[in-house]
Amino acid sequence: MSQFVGIVIVSHSPDVARGAAAMVRQMVGEEVPCAFTGGNPAGDLGTDPLKIRDAIESVWSEAGVAVFVDLGGAEMNAEMAVEMLDPARGEKVRICNAPVVEGAVIAASEAAGGSTLEQVCATAEELSP
Amino acid sequence: MMADVRDLRRRLIKAPAERVIAHAEELTTLDQAIGDGDHGINMKRGLEAVLADLDKLAEKPLGEALKAAGMHLVTKVGGASGPLYGTLFMSLGKGLADIPDRAQMANAFRAAVDAVKARGKSDFGMKTMLDVLGPVAETLEAGSAELTTALRQRAADAVAATKPLQAIRGRASFLGERSKGHIDPGARSSQLMVEAVCDVIEGRA
Repeated sequence: MSQFVGIVIVSHSPDVARGAAAMVRQMVGEEVPCAFTGGNPAGDLGTDPLKIRDAIESVWSEAGVAVFVDLGGAEMNAEMAVEMLDPARGEKVRICNAPVVEGAVIAASEAAGGSTLEQVCATAEELSP
Repeated sequence: MMADVRDLRRRLIKAPAERVIAHAEELTTLDQAIGDGDHGINMKRGLEAVLADLDKLAEKPLGEALKAAGMHLVTKVGGASGPLYGTLFMSLGKGLADIPDRAQMANAFRAAVDAVKARGKSDFGMKTMLDVLGPVAETLEAGSAELTTALRQRAADAVAATKPLQAIRGRASFLGERSKGHIDPGARSSQLMVEAVCDVIEGRA
């Protein structure tokens, strides 16, 4: 298990999610665990709370997990995913109020320095007006 | 008697699901005007999962059945309507033992509307499903000698009243002023479910 905060990228579009995750990798390599998910249960544009939950589990870190989402439904499905987790884990997940691509990249850079979940999210959320 | 209750539960779940599925194209058309055009197809996918599980759902007390139906919507819909309708039904299920009287239904429905508000970080007057659910909650709370007639009328008026509104929440809010002049698709799907439940109560579905 990583000592660093994990990053999860959620977009309506699997391509956007995959692309954003590639940008995170380019910045921080494999050090910071990063997962992505996009698309609804039918494979069309949308999001899937079960896949979001699995993505969070896949990058689980005791330091916590920061989740980045694009549009309204993604945020609500991410909330549902967090509620599906073991409550002790759910407390260590934050859905950050930041743009999905820039937020994830900046958050991963912050996480790579060993920052706490709060610091990681605060840095990403500085991007939002 | 047990068989009657089971049959009633079955119809209370089946009728709204089938009604919305039958109107999936209309909902998609409404959503294409001011949203992302997936409301009909998303609701259809979720409600088909509910119908596929209908036999098992009807065996459960109504509250448990609604919670399970809500979970199907959460996991199958994949758009904003999944967590919103899922939250509505799961909360409704939490508040109901089995077949409720009006006062119990009114209390549980009010709590469910509040849960939808919280989930969507939304409120009345923002051109969403809440603009039908809120008036329906009020009608349930007020009661009436002809409750189903009152509910139908209130829900129909409430849907029509979303037309001039400017959207404040949801994808339609991106359109700003241009969201005016269209009925909200989530308000319409909520009205369809209310009508179908009224049909069941009146013994017509």
